Amino acid sequence: MNALTSLDRPNSYIGRSVPRPNAKRLLAGRGRYVTDFVLPRMLHVAYVRSPYAHARIVSIDAQAAREMPGVKLVATGQDLARLCTPWVGTMDHFKGMKSPPQLPLPVDKVVWSGQAVVAVVADTRALAEDAAETVAIEFDELPVVVDIDAARMPGSPVISPELGSNLCFHGKIDTGGVDDVFANAAHIVEEEFHFGRHTAVTMEPRAIIADYDASEQQLTVHHATQTPYQFQDIYSRHYGIPESRVRVIAPDIGGSFGMKLHMYHEDMAVVGLSIMLGRPVKYVADRIESFVSDIHARDHRVRARMAVDADGEILAMDVEDVTAIGAFSAYPRTSVVEGNQVYRLMGAPYTFRNYRADLQVVFQNKVQMSQYRAVGHPIACAVTERLVDMIAAKTARDVFEIRSGNLIPDDAYPCTSPTGYQFEALSHHACLAKLRQMMDYDRLRAEQAQLRSKGIHRGIGIATFVEITNPGPAFYGVGGARISSQDGAIIKITPSGDVRCLISVTELGQGTETIIGQIVAEHLGVDRNRIKVITGDTETTPHGGATYACRGAGIGGETALQAALKLKANVLSVAGAILQEASEKLDIQNGWIIDAATMHPRVELAEIARIVYFRSDTLPPGTQAQLSVTHHYAPQGYPFAFTNGVQGCHLELDVETGLVNILKVWVVEDCGRIINPLLVDEQIRGGVVQGLGAAFFEECAYGDNGQLTNGSLADYLVPMAVEMPDIEIGHVETPTLDTQLGAKGVGEAGTAAASAAALNAVNDAMAPFGGSIAQLPMTPARILKALGHI
Amino acid sequence: MKARAFSYARPSTVMEALETFADAGEDASYVAGGQSLVPALALRLQAPQLLIDIAHIEALRGVELQGGWLRIGALTRHCEVLTDPLIARHAPLYHAAAPHVAHPAIRNRGTIGGSISHSDPASEFPAMTLAMGAELELVSRTGTRRVAADDFFIDLFQTAIEPGELLVAIHVPVIRPGHRWAFHEFARRRGDYALVGCGVLAEFSDGLIEQARIVFFSVGNTPLRARQAEQCLIGKRLDEAAVAAAQALVGGDLDPPEDEHVPPAMKRHLARVLLGRLLGQIMRQDS
Ligand SMILES: Cc1cc2nc3c(=O)[nH]c(=O)nc-3n(C[C@H](O)[C@H](O)[C@H](O)COP(=O)(O)OP(=O)(O)OC[C@H]3O[C@@H](n4cnc5c(N)ncnc54)[C@H](O)[C@@H]3O)c2cc1C
Repeated sequence: MNALTSLDRPNSYIGRSVPRPNAKRLLAGRGRYVTDFVLPRMLHVAYVRSPYAHARIVSIDAQAAREMPGVKLVATGQDLARLCTPWVGTMDHFKGMKSPPQLPLPVDKVVWSGQAVVAVVADTRALAEDAAETVAIEFDELPVVVDIDAARMPGSPVISPELGSNLCFHGKIDTGGVDDVFANAAHIVEEEFHFGRHTAVTMEPRAIIADYDASEQQLTVHHATQTPYQFQDIYSRHYGIPESRVRVIAPDIGGSFGMKLHMYHEDMAVVGLSIMLGRPVKYVADRIESFVSDIHARDHRVRARMAVDADGEILAMDVEDVTAIGAFSAYPRTSVVEGNQVYRLMGAPYTFRNYRADLQVVFQNKVQMSQYRAVGHPIACAVTERLVDMIAAKTARDVFEIRSGNLIPDDAYPCTSPTGYQFEALSHHACLAKLRQMMDYDRLRAEQAQLRSKGIHRGIGIATFVEITNPGPAFYGVGGARISSQDGAIIKITPSGDVRCLISVTELGQGTETIIGQIVAEHLGVDRNRIKVITGDTETTPHGGATYACRGAGIGGETALQAALKLKANVLSVAGAILQEASEKLDIQNGWIIDAATMHPRVELAEIARIVYFRSDTLPPGTQAQLSVTHHYAPQGYPFAFTNGVQGCHLELDVETGLVNILKVWVVEDCGRIINPLLVDEQIRGGVVQGLGAAFFEECAYGDNGQLTNGSLADYLVPMAVEMPDIEIGHVETPTLDTQLGAKGVGEAGTAAASAAALNAVNDAMAPFGGSIAQLPMTPARILKALGHI
Repeated sequence: MKARAFSYARPSTVMEALETFADAGEDASYVAGGQSLVPALALRLQAPQLLIDIAHIEALRGVELQGGWLRIGALTRHCEVLTDPLIARHAPLYHAAAPHVAHPAIRNRGTIGGSISHSDPASEFPAMTLAMGAELELVSRTGTRRVAADDFFIDLFQTAIEPGELLVAIHVPVIRPGHRWAFHEFARRRGDYALVGCGVLAEFSDGLIEQARIVFFSVGNTPLRARQAEQCLIGKRLDEAAVAAAQALVGGDLDPPEDEHVPPAMKRHLARVLLGRLLGQIMRQDS
């Protein structure tokens, strides 16, 4: 007989692999995406886009378009500027940060190739596109700023002259003592890294329908977004509509990965077009539009060095990151967060204390760069972990040995990183030991040596990481951004004893609704199937942060937990009144009020609900039962709940062709309390696949003139199933003590370190040839160059 | 993006198709599997006023042995090329190439005739047509003609097919006992257009190479025969030295276009590696 576990308690759902209740609906084709919505009198918009990366708009001739069949409106930047106030993507806590104001459509010049310039609204999208083809825009080309270094060169063209330069933000961190440490170090390793741009490529592209009803001054927006409250606030403030009359509905979302939480010009324009027309207007980005207008990610050039003593102890790190973000900083979260996390996360798993870093965020004539899954983490991780491997090679140590000698000991917490991050409790050594055993590392090394003699070149790479999760108001709120770090939940018991939970965290396919249902079921004491979780509608769900930065489980989950406990207390109070029993002596289990001591069932929850809703006359005088509760929770302990883990990558490099066959990836991860192992593992796997995409395939390629040259899925390579390895996952569980739930985030862990482990593995495979690579993605051309073949 | 509006015709005979095209003038386009044309319409790269759907013309179907030739109807779909036993036996380079052509959903609709007519320089079937020395049967209102593969591929997306003419069938000279062949391509992901691909067909007699056709794709505007490499093999026994000699010449046979991401030097390097591997395979088959 197996031993009993905590999962054998009644109503035990936390820690159980339950499938997503909404998965069947989506698989059955019953998903409701914005694209599926057809509203009465709805119109469609197509945009005329700039062919130039930087140009003055001389004139716009749209007369022919206005006369085309089905066309209802042709609008320019001037038209929309009359309705919408400009926005600026800065936050106060990034001192000295600059960014130019933005409008839905440009009024005088375009700053990236593909920027929408004119909106054509017609009865169908095809008619709108027919008309858009006839719009004649005269441009006067301006010199383009494309290269990361050219942007900062004296005398280079300045994209926004009013800002004085192309520098958006300059940050410095210096603990002091770095020069001394490097001067006296036994060994120094250094490298220059290049990280290309890539983008989210969600299965569902961006989609929005704005529906303005002038009779009620009511704006309803159906929006494929992960943050409906943020957009409610933005539409209200920039179009001057009272917040109570702006409703944002986020229905089913086909992937977001951070991409669908930024303000896009086309989306803001759609709201204005609906106001101008008094009719619903739909915009769905097609794949090319996605490539040229969705945020891109990364784009860093990092020079970094690490100093180590004779015993292999890492002493210091010195880092210089330049990152290029497009012609302005994204709104409302800014484009500095990525660089900020890069230079604060460098070396975070290790014990060294001396750190210096310089971050320059620069403007260029490309589409905006901003937060995407694992913001900054993959850069910090790849740079740190590659340098650690270089130290291992230089000091003739094994890659596990060098890490176990330098990682923060598991019993050293709480502690603070040199950049000021506070760690409550991490488990690097436990994870590292587990990874070594899962990989069967010694056997892999032996096999590698044996195969090398046969001309087969396999590489093994590992990468440790920390991940920022559960962010408090220090993340956005203190910078003045109206982005909430708290969440709210309403839980109600229906007259037949079912439960509805309306909560501010949102579902984008990652399973938020599933885990919220599990948490409520466990803490209220009812069957999960009797709980309906409702998300994504600002009209019905309480205001909250929704989904970003790995917060759904940790913050949303704790909100649901506390709300469920509050409701349970209310239920037991009225049950006590009905049963003439002290409520402390009662409990709820499987939808029954039970005797807490004997577990003996007393009365069904449904019966309590029936009495409360229909026979309140039978309750003792003065009893006012509260079978609905509203509860908010804001994180208050540590500013972030850091998680940690380590990944291993095993691959085979064809040293003649530069092609890589990824054989296997292992991940050991500590996200605190695991609510649903199935979903946690799938989050990690999906994240790893995105990390491997960045490592080997995905790159937005630009020509010298600032044109994106691979804006289609034929040319922009996403990782596909055939190329992806098995991904084996293990866990260490260190719950946060800041919450009763103990959960931290996990959504970005896979992406954080997958590319770093792959980088180390490729370099390991190349080691016998003396080549090395420090650029992502590692394309066959770059690998062949590193090997000296071309 | 949405395609521009167009009219649609669905003839059921070759003659009807030819007449429909002639009546429409040049602003018509045949459509077979639609796997190249429809994406081009959706991107508005092409906007014909009339689409003539040839997919229901019986005369363009079927695979059959006719004397020393295998006749493959133009409408034979990629997925049929993959599984047809006659093609596997008599036109083995098509069979070997088929798994590398796109993905199952595309192979279910795309046709070999469409692929050869479209003549994407990175496509497998046009190159293997050249490698096997096939002939293309074309029909117009003035009659039928057969064009040798060596004369068929003219330039980027340009073949010997005249406007309005239809590719009816591909005739492949069947494999003979002395034939050896090999196919492979280097691609970043399975199903992608290749970085470099190659098919080799060699005829041996008494252990010596009597004839060789080495055809590369994805290295220029059309599929390309590596003529110097072919030439140097004739009359030789296929051994390490012969392979190395062919490899040394292949760079000069190819003229890959400038490309920032896959520079010509890389294409030449990959072509050398690929040729070495394919000839090595044939060498091992032989012994
Ligand atoms: C995602 C994707 C990946 C792909 N990957 C590959 C790949 O790896 N390798 C590869 O080779 N191909 C690939 N293709 C292209 C695919 O193989 C096409 O099916 C093929 O190139 C065209 O065949 P079709 O029958 O679909 O032609 P259509 O698209 O219908 O027509 C193509 C052109 O040929 C003309 N045409 C068609 N049939 C005839 C005929 N009988 N006579 C005269 N003219 C004719 C049409 O008028 C049109 O101009 C890919 C396609 C897609 C969408």
